[in-house]
Formats: sequence, C-alpha cells, structure tokens
Amino acid sequence: MLRDELGPYFGEFGGRFVPESLIAALDELDTAYTTAKTDPMFQAELAQLHATYTGRPSIITEVPRFAEHAGGARVILKREDLNHTGSHKINNVLGQALLARRLGKTRLIAETGAGQHGVATATAAALFGMSCVVYMGEVDTERQALNVARMRLLGAEVVPVKTGSRTLKDAINDALRDWVANVADTHYLLGTVAGPHPFPVMVRDFHKIIGEEARRQVLDLTGRLPDAVTACVGGGSNAMGIFHAFLDDPDVALYGYEAAGEGHLTEKHAATITRGRPGVLHGARSYMLQDEDGQTIESHSISAGLDYPGVGPEHAWLNDIGRASYLPITDDEAMQALRLLSRTEGIIPAIESAHALAGTMKLGMELGPEAVILVNLSGRGDKDMETAGAYFELFDAEAAK
Amino acid sequence: MSRVETVIAARKAAGSGALVGYLPVGFPDLQTSIDAAVALVENGVDIIELGLPYSDPVMDGPVIQRATQAALADGFKLGHGFDAVAAISARVDAPILVMTYWNPVLQYGVDRFADDLLAAGGAGLITPDLVADEAAGWLAASDRTGLDRVFLAAPSSTDARLRQSVEKSRGFVYAVSTMGITGARADVDQAARALVARLRTAGSTSACVGVGISTGDQVREVLGYADGAIVGSALVSALADGGVQAVARAAAALAAGTVATGPASE
Repeated sequence: MLRDELGPYFGEFGGRFVPESLIAALDELDTAYTTAKTDPMFQAELAQLHATYTGRPSIITEVPRFAEHAGGARVILKREDLNHTGSHKINNVLGQALLARRLGKTRLIAETGAGQHGVATATAAALFGMSCVVYMGEVDTERQALNVARMRLLGAEVVPVKTGSRTLKDAINDALRDWVANVADTHYLLGTVAGPHPFPVMVRDFHKIIGEEARRQVLDLTGRLPDAVTACVGGGSNAMGIFHAFLDDPDVALYGYEAAGEGHLTEKHAATITRGRPGVLHGARSYMLQDEDGQTIESHSISAGLDYPGVGPEHAWLNDIGRASYLPITDDEAMQALRLLSRTEGIIPAIESAHALAGTMKLGMELGPEAVILVNLSGRGDKDMETAGAYFELFDAEAAK
Repeated sequence: MSRVETVIAARKAAGSGALVGYLPVGFPDLQTSIDAAVALVENGVDIIELGLPYSDPVMDGPVIQRATQAALADGFKLGHGFDAVAAISARVDAPILVMTYWNPVLQYGVDRFADDLLAAGGAGLITPDLVADEAAGWLAASDRTGLDRVFLAAPSSTDARLRQSVEKSRGFVYAVSTMGITGARADVDQAARALVARLRTAGSTSACVGVGISTGDQVREVLGYADGAIVGSALVSALADGGVQAVARAAAALAAGTVATGPASE
C-alpha cells in the first residue's frame, strides 16, 4: 500500500542529512511521534483542537461558475482556506505543538515563506503559552508585511533573514542554525513535508486529514471518487495532505502544480520537479534546483509560499514511480485563476492555491464535462491583497501613495 | 596511520597536540586563499581544513557565511577547490582536509570527487552534514582511495553514536565543542571536555575539538585534554580584516597555544 510508507526513505529519497548535533533531537522527535500516533489521549487532544479551534472538518464547495472555464468538469474545492489562521498550515502546527509540549519544550521556532506557517506557529505558541521565533526571508517580510504584523501581534518575534536569496530556503537555514544551538528547550516546527526524517512523514500525517475528509465528502456529494485530485506544490504539504487518502485509489489521478514563475523554461521559476534533479537540501535527498556544482539555485515565484528550490521527498518518489504528475503553472496563469475564482464564485484564494486552480482549468479541458476534479484550496487570499492589488492595478492612484 | 593521524600523533608525542586551521577557498579571491592557507602552515598550523563555499551552510555562523557567500558571488566553482588543494600541497607539506557540505560531492560524483581529491594531493574530507549512517558511498570511496573521513561528534550524541563516529572516522573525530554553529566564543564549553572524555571511552585516540576556539589560550586549554584544536572563524575574520599578513599573525598567535608546557597528557 502506498499509504503505508513510514520513511525515513521513500524509494531513494528522504533520509537525514544534518549535522550530528541534531540527530539526538530528530531521534527524540521520531520516538515521541511514533508513540503519539497510537496514543488515544494524543489523538483525542488533537481532534478536540481540530473541532473547537481550527474549525474542522473543513467543508467542500462545488464551483459551477468557475468550472465553466475548466471544460465544464465538476470542480469541487476542499476549503482549507476556511481554517483558523487562513490555510491548511494549522493542521500540522497544532500536531507538532502538542508534541513539543509533550517533549517539555518551551520555545517554538519556525521558518515561513508567505507567512501562513509563521502565523499558524505564532498562533499555537500563543495558545500553548510558549515563546516563538519565526525566521522569514527579508524579501518575504516585504511582500507579506501584513503577516509579519500578524505574527508580532500574536507575540512572536519575527527575524528577517538577510543571507543568501533572503527567501524561504535561507529562513530554513537560519531556523536550523537556531535549532542546533537551542535544541534542549526548543522545537523546530518545520512547516512542510521536507527536511530530515521524521518531518516529511510526520507533517504529512498531520495533514492527511484533508484528504480523508475530502474523500468522504466527495463520495457523499457525487456518489463516487473524483477522477483527479489537484493541489499546488512548493514544499508540498497541502498536496501530500490531500493526496494521501487517494494514493491507493488507482483510478484517481493526482496532479501537483509547481510554480513556474515567468515560465519553466526561463531562469525565473520554482518548478523543482519539472526542472530540477535529485540532490540533498535541508536535510533530505529530493529533487531540487541546483547548478552543475550542486549549489542551490534561487527560485522565483510571485507566490512566496511556493518560492522554494526544493520539494518533499515523498513527492519526488510519487513522481518517479508515476503515481502523481507534477506540472508547471506560471505567475500569470495563477493570477488569472485567482481573479477568475474571485469573480465567478466570490472566493478569493491564496496565490499559492491559485496555481492549483489554474492547473485544474487546463485539466478540466482535457478531461471534459464528465470529470469530477477535487482541488485543495489550501489558503485564502487576504494576505495577497498587496500583490494582487499591484498586479491588477486595483489601487486608486491616491490610495497607493 | 594516515597522514593526518601521523601529524597528530607526532604533535602529541612532543607533549602537545595539533592545530587545525580552517579557511574557505576563493575568499577573498582564489590566489589569496591559497597564499593564506600556505601562511597558516608557515605560522604553526599543522593541518589545513579547506572549506568549499556552499549556498546553504547550515553549520556555519555569520563570519564564515559572509566569506563563503562572497566567494560564491565572486564565481567560485568546485574545480577551484581541487586547484587550491594542488597549489597549496605543492608549497607546504601539511595535510589538507577538505571541509564540504554533502550536495556538491554528490553532484560531482562521490567516486570522481575522491579520485580528483587524491590526485590533487588532498588528505580527506570533513563532512558537517553527512552522518556515517548516510555515508555508504563515501565509506566505500574513502576505503578505496585511503582518504581520511572526519565525522562529527556532538555533546548530544548518544554513546552508541559516539562509538559509530569513532569507528567510521579516520584522521580524527571532530568533537563539536558546544551545541551551536561556528563562530568565536568567550568560553569553550565545559561540554567539550566531557565530550572528549566520552570519545576516549568510545575508543578514540584522535579527537580534535572545534567550534568557538579563537585564542592561543583556548588552544592550549583544549590541547590539555584533546588531540587537536580546530580554529575557523577567527582566522577568516583576520583574513577579511587584514589580508594574508593578518591571518599569518593570527595563526602564529594560535600556534603559541601548541607550545608544550608540560609532559604529554598521555
């Protein structure tokens, strides 16, 4: 069963490529997680938080007016955008924060790109009375200023990272450096299905509730499984979350849409599986964007949350065994889909999630009106109003000043 | 015994221990980095740790990050690393260990990297983000070529993991003095002394302490219980601030800490 993969390897991907200083912490986390997974107390605590704090189960919404632009296929959105804090990220954060508390850690650190994971982590830290430091590339603190303010309001310290490309990958480097130095009292709350084992497996497991709920909901609504499930892929947490429940349904096609930036054939993209090759980055072997010397190449995407030159090892494996397909979506395709969903359905998606919508429009044209497509709407677009406002020239000239 | 082990053993026999000096290739430029490495040896450094600049150096603090980032921005290529090893070993006898994050080796090809390093006159590799558990390819390539392989040991490592680091390492075991990244510290942790004692119990006869050491006095203190002291950021700072002359002075000051003041500790 494809759903039974437990790591540390997925085929030839995954592993633990980290300084020795971190191995003890990873072992401790692995042991704690393995215990918690089958501990009814832990599961009950998490379920309680899902129900009374996050707002789970999240609903599904069929979007017929949008679907007219997707070949007339039935398009159904899994509404992770309606979760508390505005995206799927909270699922993983609450799970890991509970684990951190069990381990007696009093300080949470996190990296963030778009800021959604940072906001979710700051939220959990506030809820559990822990201190919180969020590393965020300086470029991202500028384009996601609202989320920076949000994190600070929640009591977190936001550290703008000024090294390297000053984006998500450098924020992860600094978070790892912090963790090496403070591992005794600190949990590194990694926000995606990348990094060293056990993170890829653990983060996937905390998100797989997305697919489990959606599979049941789509069956209830349509009487059958969807023909395809789609999601955007940066590190790949929301995609793994919705894919996982369908991995062993061979008739359900899985599509991950990567950020192609200005085009996957240009040099300004974040299409890691489409254009990268296997290597080691941030503690795991997976696909990554790199030059011939193995130096990481800076990625580009209009969406901060997808602007990452790596991808989770389980996605690399699903790609190589042919179980999931990974396709590029440009900045402009995503932005057009963002506006289209806003205008046809009154739902403003995150730019990240808009990549999945743009991919779904193309897929719907291929599959035709008989098809049912389930889309993970992983986040809401409130945080992206600056970017969207500038992109579509929505600000009045005066107000822009 | 490997060349590195021979050097360390000789320094111990003389009542002290080895001084290992780190500098990155290509900073501030390729030729100056070669000259600076030569100057280290001419001023009392016993073993050179030559760093290959890498885009995502998670084990390095701000001083080394700045230097390696500048080298990359200036056009550092992996081939320059082999050029530098060859140029330095043509001028001085000290063994040269290349310190590199794992992905560049993986992309170059582990066997090809080992062959080219050996051909250039290198002594082996220090791999900060490769634990022995993940190192099957490198264990085989280093056995085939006889290159040294230095794995890390940390204060947080279990006894079983320390034994693994000792068993798999050749040349020396890199004892990480403190839970943290590279960079000067006023006090080299008590943790280092405890770690080296645990490494002895695990069977190590060649343990060098690194991270945080920046003065001759600290070198002397560390050599009181360890087989070598590794200095990086302090040398890189000197090179950045005052060029080859400054790094030569810094090396000489650190080497003062290797002058035997009493009988051999073992």
